[in-house]
Amino acid sequence: MTDERPLLEVRGAGHRYGLRYGCRDVDFDLWPGEVLAVVGESGSGKSTLLGTLSQRLELTEGNIRYRMADGLPVELAGLSESSVRRLWRSEWGFVHQDPADGLRMHVSAGGNVGEPLMANGWRHYGRIRETAAQWLERVEIPADRIDDHPSTFSGGMRQRLQIARNLVVSPRLVFMDEPTSGLDVSVQARLLDLIRSLVSDLGLAVVVVTHDLAVARLISHRTLVMKDGRVIESGLTDRVLDDPHAAYTQLLVSSVLQG
Amino acid sequence: MTADLIGYNVGYLDEQTKRMIRRALLKAVAIPGFQVPFASREVPMPRGWGTGGVQVTAAIIGEQDVLKVIDQGADDTTNAVSIRNFFRSVAHVETTTRTDEATIIQTRHRIPETPLAEGQVIVYQVPMPEPLRFLEPRETETRRLHALEEYGLMFVKLYEDIARFGHIAKTYDYPVLVGGRYLMAPSPIPSFDNPKMHMNPALQLFGAGREKRIYAVPPFTSVESLGFEDFPFEPQRFDDPCAICGATGGYLDEVITDDAGGSMFVCSDTDHCERTAAAPNDTTSTATTSTTTRPNPATPNTKAIA
Repeated sequence: MTDERPLLEVRGAGHRYGLRYGCRDVDFDLWPGEVLAVVGESGSGKSTLLGTLSQRLELTEGNIRYRMADGLPVELAGLSESSVRRLWRSEWGFVHQDPADGLRMHVSAGGNVGEPLMANGWRHYGRIRETAAQWLERVEIPADRIDDHPSTFSGGMRQRLQIARNLVVSPRLVFMDEPTSGLDVSVQARLLDLIRSLVSDLGLAVVVVTHDLAVARLISHRTLVMKDGRVIESGLTDRVLDDPHAAYTQLLVSSVLQG
Repeated sequence: MTADLIGYNVGYLDEQTKRMIRRALLKAVAIPGFQVPFASREVPMPRGWGTGGVQVTAAIIGEQDVLKVIDQGADDTTNAVSIRNFFRSVAHVETTTRTDEATIIQTRHRIPETPLAEGQVIVYQVPMPEPLRFLEPRETETRRLHALEEYGLMFVKLYEDIARFGHIAKTYDYPVLVGGRYLMAPSPIPSFDNPKMHMNPALQLFGAGREKRIYAVPPFTSVESLGFEDFPFEPQRFDDPCAICGATGGYLDEVITDDAGGSMFVCSDTDHCERTAAAPNDTTSTATTSTTTRPNPATPNTKAIA
């Protein structure tokens, strides 16, 4: 029943920086439980699109309709600031490329995971700590690191902690901006594995921005290819990567280094 | 006596400034716990020494007022004596050291042990009005958090305390929620004094001169000290009585008595201490005082703490 309509309906969305468009004419639907990858080269408007979708950047044109947890569709651009922040607290997550942007580096790991719970009104220390501990275990952070600051963590651990912090309130929609780009290859593989299993366990809808086609291949169902602020190709990930239609996509796929 | 004050308006500040501060005060009283910006002025003391409190007092004081000034509970410290003398000369007011005789009490770091009464005004000197400052450095963001009532961050601080120390380690400037709405820094009073703010019959005004903010707690307003359900707020407690007056249930300061590490604990509220010591039924009395004695001024406080 909940799958009857898309979670996110994006029509003609665009964001303008001054006179220049960062992204424009973006159309897509995102369904519950679906992972959508946005790929493209640096400067192609991927992150602008993510910012616009997540209401961090103003929607200059077009519209974005989001279906709330109660099933009612809302126009995101028409929401008040407090409603958007409530969405952030309870229904959305955002995983930054640099974990330092998404974590409080001077607050313990447990505090970082517990903060979204406390923001949602949890006022029982024991339960907050227990939930935080469960999530640390889920993202493979040793339980005895719960009181350590993220500044003492490795890059991979920080990124996993950031994911735990985002998922602890059981969001419905998670935005990820290059979640694996700062990590070395073996850590990337484990993290992608973790993201994939969490996404399927929790039935999350995810929009993941990446310049790495391998990431798109591994975790996403569908892919949008962006160039110069526009979507030039979209479709099932395997179709886009195995049989690219647009000339630019062909170039992108053929320029992946073969190991 | 007024002849040598030519050049100064009564109460030191000019009338326009007083009106500006009063407007801020009215707004602050109307929205309990909300920080109202005001155009803080220069006063003849350095910022950080109570300029906010002095400006608030100057804006509300009239010649019929009786002023008491305390610094860490004491009436006889430099800051308290100077501010008292200042207002005696610029506002021609009577001053006192007795809590129950004062109409305005300006304070730094304490609330008197003698319960405040209806009609009294207590003015707090505030160094740091923003309780979220050290958690969220951006002032634009903290204002937004107040506006949207997002106080999860404050609980993160308390969570961190419990995770590190096993209890909430903050013992002064302990954050409170005023009227069920605004998170407020009660100025660096000990958490011992926090319960006294709750439903207090006196008007509580807060002035932060350097930070240019005024806020207020109107009489009989709820002031709730934050805590977790399983780690509730616990005010500090003192097991031993005051070494001078023998009173229990008051806030004590440690006073170093020699070079060998000797010390004693005495009441921080000097007025309270003197009166307890002078009480006729008290045999441990050591201090002498000229103030009239009251039946037993110590007893009401135990109620306020419990």
